[in-house]
Amino acid sequence: MADYQARRSGPGTRTLRVNPIACTGHGVCAELLPELIATDEWGYPIIDPRPVPYALEPEARRAVAACPALALRLVRE
Amino acid sequence: MTTMAEPAAGGAARQAAGLPRLLPTAPGQDLRAHLARHGPVPYRGGAGLLIPDVRAAGLTGRGGAAFPTHRKLAIVAAARGRKVVVGNGAESEPASRKDAVLLRDAPHLVLDGLQLAAEAAGAAEAVLYLHRGEHRALLRALAERHAAGVDRLPVAVAEAPPRFLAGQETALVSRIGGGPALPTFGLPRVSQRGVAGAPTCVQNVETLAHLALIARYGPRWFRAAGTAAEPGTMLTTTYEAAADGETRCLVAEAPIGTPLADLLPGLAGAQALLVGGFHGTWLPAHRAAALTLDNETLGRHGAALGAGVLAALPDDRCGLTEAARVTWYLAAESAGQCGPCLNGLPRIAAAMAELAGPRPRGNTRRDAERWAGLVTGRGACHHPDGTARFVRSALVTFGPELSRHSRGQCSARGRRPFLPLPDGVPTTDDDWM
Repeated sequence: MADYQARRSGPGTRTLRVNPIACTGHGVCAELLPELIATDEWGYPIIDPRPVPYALEPEARRAVAACPALALRLVRE
Repeated sequence: MTTMAEPAAGGAARQAAGLPRLLPTAPGQDLRAHLARHGPVPYRGGAGLLIPDVRAAGLTGRGGAAFPTHRKLAIVAAARGRKVVVGNGAESEPASRKDAVLLRDAPHLVLDGLQLAAEAAGAAEAVLYLHRGEHRALLRALAERHAAGVDRLPVAVAEAPPRFLAGQETALVSRIGGGPALPTFGLPRVSQRGVAGAPTCVQNVETLAHLALIARYGPRWFRAAGTAAEPGTMLTTTYEAAADGETRCLVAEAPIGTPLADLLPGLAGAQALLVGGFHGTWLPAHRAAALTLDNETLGRHGAALGAGVLAALPDDRCGLTEAARVTWYLAAESAGQCGPCLNGLPRIAAAMAELAGPRPRGNTRRDAERWAGLVTGRGACHHPDGTARFVRSALVTFGPELSRHSRGQCSARGRRPFLPLPDGVPTTDDDWM
């Protein structure tokens, strides 16, 4: 996370990515960030591929931290 | 069903274009015959030196993805440390026979290419990744080369399990590293961290054979066949119904841009053409009959060459039944690692099975389409995407058949399966080793 902070370059340059192998479909991310994450009928996240809006970055970071499978990442484009 | 290499027929025009380039005119060529035909392996004497020729030739990967070969080589050539080149002969597609035929009939061309690619990439290790049972001829060829002192690098042979995804690049890296042949997710790429952590350049065996010819005869020669955008020739595996109703499978080498109707004489009388194999696209035969063997043309119709599988479904079979069989196979071959693929593919397969039967429920087609959309782009590998493409194109191309089934009818006169499917599905972890 510190590494990520150091490299941040401005709003709207990060996207959410899920590791589909690691993801077990807990659905915590969709609960914390319904603006960008929906779930499919099997409980797996469907993630908005667009950059995360600046205003939602704190929530996005919270969703990343809350993932029990450590499958969600906020990555620089 | 028989698989054969194309007979020497084809006439003066093919010979003038230097065809066939890859397959020998007489089978069973040993090293002596190979060297008599093509001359010694033209090593360039250093890393990177062959890459400009490969680039000028415009060679792209013949395993399916059509990625520029010179770029893969250059990325690994620029990397530091111990590097690995892998010849990928683990044709994952049950319908594709071209790599098996190439490895059987022209093993030395592939092995020349592997040595030259290793030199170009500055690799210290060369690996040949093959399906079980297909490596005996290769081991013999390697022994011949060892005795003649032809190879600069020793070649290790790694075995691939008979799984659809075994040839996928990350699965290959995992298997060669001693793990299961399962796709992995994430960065860095194989070209930066592949086999045992080393930067790895994976090339399909046909790509390597072309590379060995480019190194000898040059980019201009290579471009004498094919189109300006997609130069060279490619191996195809074609399926047609013979007069006796049997499926006829043929491996042939054709210039890219060849009319599909030239490769499949019975295409006009067929029902539909599957382009690009089980991750490919169904097109109505009358439309396909006007198209050519290149991604530029096929791309305008939502299709791609893939590894060169072309299957012309005869009129007397049910396209939905064929599509349902393949979809079931693809669902069974899911590695089961990613939720959308694990859950979605069996449901899509069940829906396709229902659509292949009489009077499917009214919402089944919509379910299949929705699930196909839902799984696309959500796997670690492209298995769900390819399966979805196959299913969606089947639902469009066999639309008239869907209507017939909804009325309890079917246009099939024969029940004999057309597309080849292997027996057995993975049930234990050992099946991936």
